[in-house]
Amino acid sequence: MMRHLISAADLSRDDAVLILDTAEEMARVADRPIKKLPALRGRTVVNLFFEDSTRTRISFEAAEKRLSADVINFAAKGSSVSKGESLKDTAQTLEAMGVDAVVIRHGASGAPYNLATSGWIDAAVINAGDGTHQHPTQALLDAFTMRRRLIGPDAGLGQDLGGKRITVVGDVLHSRVARSNVDLLHTLGAEVTLVAPPTLVPVGVESWPCEVSYSLDQVLAKSDAVMMLRVQRERMNAAFFPTEREYARRYGLDSDRMAKMPEHAIVMHPGPMVRGMEITAEVADSERCTAIEQVANGVHTRMAVLYLLLGGNEPAGSPAARTEESK
Amino acid sequence: MDTKNGSGSGSEVARPVLEGPDIARVLTRIAHEIVERAKGADDVVLLGIPTRGVFLGQRLAAKLAEITGREIPVGSLDITMYRDDLRMHPPRALARTEIPADGIDGRLVVLVDDVLFSGRTIRAALDALNDIGRPRAVQLAVLVDRGHRELPIRADYVGKNLPTSLRETVKVQLAEEDGRDTVLLGEKQAAPVGEQ
Repeated sequence: MMRHLISAADLSRDDAVLILDTAEEMARVADRPIKKLPALRGRTVVNLFFEDSTRTRISFEAAEKRLSADVINFAAKGSSVSKGESLKDTAQTLEAMGVDAVVIRHGASGAPYNLATSGWIDAAVINAGDGTHQHPTQALLDAFTMRRRLIGPDAGLGQDLGGKRITVVGDVLHSRVARSNVDLLHTLGAEVTLVAPPTLVPVGVESWPCEVSYSLDQVLAKSDAVMMLRVQRERMNAAFFPTEREYARRYGLDSDRMAKMPEHAIVMHPGPMVRGMEITAEVADSERCTAIEQVANGVHTRMAVLYLLLGGNEPAGSPAARTEESK
Repeated sequence: MDTKNGSGSGSEVARPVLEGPDIARVLTRIAHEIVERAKGADDVVLLGIPTRGVFLGQRLAAKLAEITGREIPVGSLDITMYRDDLRMHPPRALARTEIPADGIDGRLVVLVDDVLFSGRTIRAALDALNDIGRPRAVQLAVLVDRGHRELPIRADYVGKNLPTSLRETVKVQLAEEDGRDTVLLGEKQAAPVGEQ
């Protein structure tokens, strides 16, 4: 595993499976009376959020605190950034304070990569979503949720998602979640199909390791999981589809469509859901929708990532990682 | 997690100090000692420390069930994140912590491990226990005590006291993990990656 987590595409199959297995053990801590582990005691983690986020920030914060890290929250609003400070100066300020890791969300694609490779800081960088590029921990928690539901919490240990058919529906163009998921699911052996109106399919999608379809109804019957993406109104500055109603009719998931899915198949949503748009309330509240589970799994998965990146003297999986245990 | 290197073909210097039948006898004796010391083992909970301590814990539980005629709760306690050398190595893969359904509060917890050496594993286990509950008392059962303690920790039940030098390695192999039961005493190989 590398020192930073910038893109889901950087993870090897073994890295990803190690993260999912570790997350499975982290999930068991949530059932204990004291939901805390000492692994990151004395480490300082900064949550550097240049973009609004509730669940990702809270999820990271919960994960950091459960691992006993010292947490500093930095929101761009009302900070030195709103006074015109550059990313470089912010980074160097954090470095001077002695942080061990930076969890960064930024509106510009590539900001975490810049932070990690610029030499401005020594800290490990974890991408919590950058522009329309990547959101690797979301992809990991999605894969974790799929493995738990489709294979099983214990049966899934050590397993990838080989042969599972995953359909990702909606605003692929603006979705870093879709990009990260395509990369990670491909690495884990799953077959991914993207479904979107032609206007919301990005240029160059033919080079992605996935299929593309314009018809949701055709792929539902052969999907093990259907992942609905939020229609990102805040990033839509052009008319990508005629009306919201038309979008909901063609690409929204309602109970009639859900009935066409195989018995075991699950409905996923990274949140926040826009009920009535990409998903009806009925589907969102059904047993088969894992949206709430994904939130819980997000904490476990982020704990796993933080532990594997920061728990030792170097990231997990490096050459000396598998030495003998000293008694 | 893996303690496989140094075993098998590369162990021309390793000689067995305990064989399968010896291990079985030793575990039977420890089970009887637990029953004796705990006056019937009514509130005993066995917690094995991964990897091989877990199998020893399960074997001890089976023997205790034979002796007392009751099911003895048995589980596992992963100590990875409580190790004092966590920061000196890359993070290790976590093992399973499985606490029996009735918990450990007010019970007599017997920690089970294969080799007692520096005592640091047991210190970490005591810390881990602290986050899970408050036992009435904690005792320690080990298959082999090889000495060289670095902390004020001792075992309550010892399968075999094995005086060793620091240049030697002690390796426990169990059928569940390694395909056979044996304890091997060998010379440390040149690469000083870890000690046991």
